[in-house]
Amino acid sequence: MNDNIKQGATGLIMNEPLLWEKGKKGRIGFSLPEADVDAYPLDESLVGHGPDFPDLSEVDVVRHYTCLSQWNFGVDTGMYPLGSCTMKYNPKTNERQAALPGFANAHPLLPQEMAQGVLKMIYDLERCLADITGLDAVTVQPTAGAHGELCGMLIFDSYHKSRGEKRSKIIVPDTAHGTNPASAALCEMKPVAVKSNENGILEPERIAAIMDEDTAGIMVTNPNTLGLFEENIKAIAGIVHGKGGLVYGDGANMNAVMGIVDMGRIGIDVLHLNLHKTFSTPHGGGGPGTGPVCVKKHLEPFLPIPRVIKQDEMYALREDFPQSIGRLHAFYGNVGVMLKAYSYILSMGPENLKKVSQLAVLNANYIKEKLKSTFHLAYDRPCMHECVFSDKIQQANKISTLDVAKRLMDYGFHPPTIYFPLVVNGAIMVEPTETECREDIDRFIEAMKAVAKEAEQNPDLLRNAPVTPKLNRLDETSAARKPCLTG
Amino acid sequence: MRYLPHTQEEINDMLGVVGVSSLDDLFKPIPDDCCRSNELSFPGPMSEWELNAHMDSLSNDISADPDFKIYLGAGSYEHYIPSFIPYLVGRSEFATAYTPYQPEISQGTLQAIYEYQTLTARLLGMDISNASLYDGAMALAEAMLMAVRVTRRKKIAVSNLIHPHYRRVLQTYFAPTDYEIIELNGKGNGQTELEAIDGMDDLAAVAVQSPNFFGCVEDLQSIAEKAHAQKALLVTCFSEALAYGLFKNPGSLGADIACGEGQSLGIPRSYGGPGLGILACKDKFMRNIPGRLVGQTKDLNGRRGFVLTLATREQHIRREKATSNICTNNSLCAVTAAMYMATLGNKGMQALSRLNYNKTEYLKQSLKNAGANIPFESPTFNEFVVEFPLGFEKKYKGLLDRKIIAGLSLEPYYPEYKSHYLLAVTETKTRKDLDAFVKEVVS
Repeated sequence: MNDNIKQGATGLIMNEPLLWEKGKKGRIGFSLPEADVDAYPLDESLVGHGPDFPDLSEVDVVRHYTCLSQWNFGVDTGMYPLGSCTMKYNPKTNERQAALPGFANAHPLLPQEMAQGVLKMIYDLERCLADITGLDAVTVQPTAGAHGELCGMLIFDSYHKSRGEKRSKIIVPDTAHGTNPASAALCEMKPVAVKSNENGILEPERIAAIMDEDTAGIMVTNPNTLGLFEENIKAIAGIVHGKGGLVYGDGANMNAVMGIVDMGRIGIDVLHLNLHKTFSTPHGGGGPGTGPVCVKKHLEPFLPIPRVIKQDEMYALREDFPQSIGRLHAFYGNVGVMLKAYSYILSMGPENLKKVSQLAVLNANYIKEKLKSTFHLAYDRPCMHECVFSDKIQQANKISTLDVAKRLMDYGFHPPTIYFPLVVNGAIMVEPTETECREDIDRFIEAMKAVAKEAEQNPDLLRNAPVTPKLNRLDETSAARKPCLTG
Repeated sequence: MRYLPHTQEEINDMLGVVGVSSLDDLFKPIPDDCCRSNELSFPGPMSEWELNAHMDSLSNDISADPDFKIYLGAGSYEHYIPSFIPYLVGRSEFATAYTPYQPEISQGTLQAIYEYQTLTARLLGMDISNASLYDGAMALAEAMLMAVRVTRRKKIAVSNLIHPHYRRVLQTYFAPTDYEIIELNGKGNGQTELEAIDGMDDLAAVAVQSPNFFGCVEDLQSIAEKAHAQKALLVTCFSEALAYGLFKNPGSLGADIACGEGQSLGIPRSYGGPGLGILACKDKFMRNIPGRLVGQTKDLNGRRGFVLTLATREQHIRREKATSNICTNNSLCAVTAAMYMATLGNKGMQALSRLNYNKTEYLKQSLKNAGANIPFESPTFNEFVVEFPLGFEKKYKGLLDRKIIAGLSLEPYYPEYKSHYLLAVTETKTRKDLDAFVKEVVS
């Protein structure tokens, strides 16, 4: 391994048992408030023995989680080029803002006149997102991308019902995220797959051939999961609209086109965003996120309730929208996440947000050019914010994408997204984001080249990788065969 | 801009490598008629210090404790959060990681979630728990979808003493389907009336909340017997997870699926989110449970480790045939809850929940002694309903000026309960607070 490139090193990492393998009966890590009232009787047949939890001290808990955290790789650790996930830097000032006592301690059922600060934030954030997407109305209630998709599909369903129709199908391209067909299926719409063409994009003729009056519309990710802009989107939207359908935009890849593309103009009726991707809120090892849904004016009546409206300089929550799909969340969504995205948007301002997309696209194209002779490039065309390679060249040495990914860890990088999109065999999907500087990108490129060389000269190095992390490759097959989900 | 590291010189060099002459040229694949005709126009950029001032002013425009004495519960509870918990959860190795698709460098998240699953299952008396859902309302909706999948039946019976917002979310999820939702009414004692399910055919599940929206503990054992007699599942829901530090857990009383909200377990209220959707069930439903699951395994050298598992249930593998569309969940909130449960331990959970119960009873008895009516006699945990004299609304508004929020009016949710208020009392209220409250409301 070339030590100039490699940043992964061994260090003092602690072993740490499971929580219930620690502690002593009778210990406590919590400062119990004084019992300043009498004990009241309670029917003892209702009372349990308390959960079977270990008893730990505060120090036990702090050390435990500190050790665990050191076994993790995060964006703050290093480059995390996970395609379609937009793992950009998560600004720390956003954490400060969301933790302010007024926000953190706000009860969701406060009388509205006592919650004006947070209602104004929600209202303003929705207006910012309308501006950024070019669409008219926004809800920030959905709590994740897939929740946004469900919201969108419910809007499709309600829209068609409002016109006295029940449409049973939806067009979903083969490059779509798995959440797209799963969200449509929740609304009892059957996904109809459509293949992208030899250039990796959708062909209007293919859409025209399957679009009919029993099809609710189409779900399009643009830029798509190959990192390519769907150039024919306007024509496709025209075809779908012509048959009374709607166009759904999966905005997971919005980081490529902020300040550049007008989602309304290209014919999108409903679009979801991921605040935990494009708008810098931390992903948290799997959430919480937020998946706002933006719509054109004619679909505004279908947005989930309650909605935040502004009236005479006061903000209010309103539920009197008879065509609304209803509630998607017990309260208003993940307000703590919204606060971080709002802080990010205000920190950036319009000009910097456009620059974000420009630099994200520059970084991806730079990597594409530098690596396309080392790894097979699935579609050799100008890309947007991500590019997709494959293991086609490395297969000659019986080295797979998985081996390449695992070996990258030894160099100190989080691997790219692998085996997605499904249309590219052994896909390696690289999304650097705009917050990676050129030196780190160059180091990633050198690491990828070094791994490719190792694949030729000493493929076992890849097959046995990773060797630097605390654990080696894990046996996922037996984990699924004999599931052990609790200890 | 401090988050954008590129110098102009680097940009020029990199454009050269790509073979275009300007940043704008990178977007040539986008047809002109797809581009914006105007520039973005929202406010900013703000310096860090301007942003602080702006956000401080918004935060100050919200009435919150400890300045206000707030007796609101109804699905969001004021509990003390030890200061080391936000500190640990904020460690960026946890906060800035993605879903743990690469287990070798995600063992921190994976072990923490495995521990969460275990503690949650133990809390609820269930065999397994998933890695989290969005919130309590969505957990109920997913639990009911799971129940109709498992039983292949078409009807679900839902207590109308389940949180009204949860029921509204359930309706949203079920609206496009042809499953039938049957509402079960409450009885005079504040528990759910089950008579309506007698002899009902094609019943997939009965769903009740305990403690329910009125704070009353349901007789889960009898409900389980009734549901099981029809070969239907019992789904128990909760909005206050701390109750199971005191009361018998739903699993021991016959629940098949337990679902609800975990905000009480160390998560700030944050105007209602992010919270924590909890979903736990018996082993036999393992392959039907939605969401992420972490399982134990070994690495090549035989060392214990953890991975995401049973992915064949999930959308990225099964696509439209998946058990749910969920991808991103509320993982960091689950880790927070695990930290909180570990901090309390068995001893702390029992003591803290007992304290919540005693303080609530103290207020209940004090109000009773002062002449207020407590309409439901069933045992409660840290929330109960009180009936104030008609016209109390005016006093409620007056109390706001005195920085007291006297609970939640039930009338908008249950029009028949005029002048009935739902009050929540947790460990954060002192006897002095409670005495002052009684004095204010009955004066």
